[in-house]
Amino acid sequence: MKLFQKSPWIIHYDGASCNGCDIEVLACLTPRYDVERFGIINTGNPKHADILLITGYINEQSQPVVRTIYEQMPEPKVVVAIGICATSGGIFRECYNTKGGVDSTIPVDVYVPGCAARPESIIDGVVQALAILERKKKEMAARP
Amino acid sequence: MNLTHAILAALLYIVAAPVLAGLLAGVDRIISARMQARIGPPLLQPFYDLFKLFQKERIAVNKTGHFFLLGYLLFTIIAGVEFFIGGDLLIVIFALALGSVFFVLGAFAAGSPYSHIGAERELIQLMASEPMLILSAMGFYVATGSFQVHDIWSRPDLLIVILPGMFAGLVYVLTIKLRKSPFDLATSHHAHQEIVKGITTEFSGPYLAVIELAHWYETILLLGFLYLFFAPWPWLAVLALAAVYFLEILADNTNARLYWQWVLRSSWIFTAVAGAGNLVVLYYLSRGGTP
Repeated sequence: MKLFQKSPWIIHYDGASCNGCDIEVLACLTPRYDVERFGIINTGNPKHADILLITGYINEQSQPVVRTIYEQMPEPKVVVAIGICATSGGIFRECYNTKGGVDSTIPVDVYVPGCAARPESIIDGVVQALAILERKKKEMAARP
Repeated sequence: MNLTHAILAALLYIVAAPVLAGLLAGVDRIISARMQARIGPPLLQPFYDLFKLFQKERIAVNKTGHFFLLGYLLFTIIAGVEFFIGGDLLIVIFALALGSVFFVLGAFAAGSPYSHIGAERELIQLMASEPMLILSAMGFYVATGSFQVHDIWSRPDLLIVILPGMFAGLVYVLTIKLRKSPFDLATSHHAHQEIVKGITTEFSGPYLAVIELAHWYETILLLGFLYLFFAPWPWLAVLALAAVYFLEILADNTNARLYWQWVLRSSWIFTAVAGAGNLVVLYYLSRGGTP
């Protein structure tokens, strides 16, 4: 059975942004979108999570935090960059403090564009991440 | 109860308790979701979660912590087995408490302050709930003249009639034991940040699954405790347990967490009034009305 597709637990972190995408991520938990239908839980604890949702760009201050969260998550894990800032830096790209998108710091598996990304596309991004999660689990099992 | 029956009952508990408690958790999550105008996860979601956790990578913050977790699981199962083979109620309560203490030690073994706060709060929860559990064993003894679960459940009369205060007190501390709001100090079933996840913060993957499994064994054991009050009438017992569990879900969804001082104070006051009050009245009645 594909258990990882049935029980993806999420942690959400905002690198640095306008908070628009954060509000959309939280909207996914509300009765209108209700992601718990798919067994998705917003854990708030990297050690319990399978999927790291990052909104916003990465700067000097958030870089070590993002790296720590990523390293604390047990394998298999995937990273979903939510919104155009997380994808490429967005309108903050040319700022003096911007490192760039999330992939400047940790490997990203799925990019969800949008400003702000809509809840539908966030859920779609997570669903695509589930297939990658399942593949990573197989690779993990194949490793000696 | 002879040896064969005892072994069968023990095996049945070890196999069936997680299945029952997992289904109960699934129903719990669906009802909670409906109370929040959501559809909620599938019924089998708790099992999906559990099996997924077993497949995750094993990360050890401190290996000693994992050893203590096994103690938590083992002693919770021992308490449950002792109960369901009709053994001594006091051993059940002490084994259960020992299991919880192992859990606390496991959380203290990690260095994280969140884990430590959770462990301290778990100790506070133990302080709040243990007096009522021990008092209820005394209540059963005064009512039936025995600490043996077997003697208590084979009585022909309905114990809820003479021990209503004990029942109410046990339902009150059940909220603490089931980790429901407003008493979910140490950790919560709901997705939350570190301080609320408390005692489970540093455990991940298979170790988190062990905690969940031990909690399921504990849930069935505690519901078994409440069953004793209705033992001669099983259908009434099932109805009462369903009603109690529904009340717990309702409380969970309509309350915020309390300060730990409130949890401790309110549960001790409730234990003193309902539990000890019931015991005093019972003792008075058993003397034929002469103090």
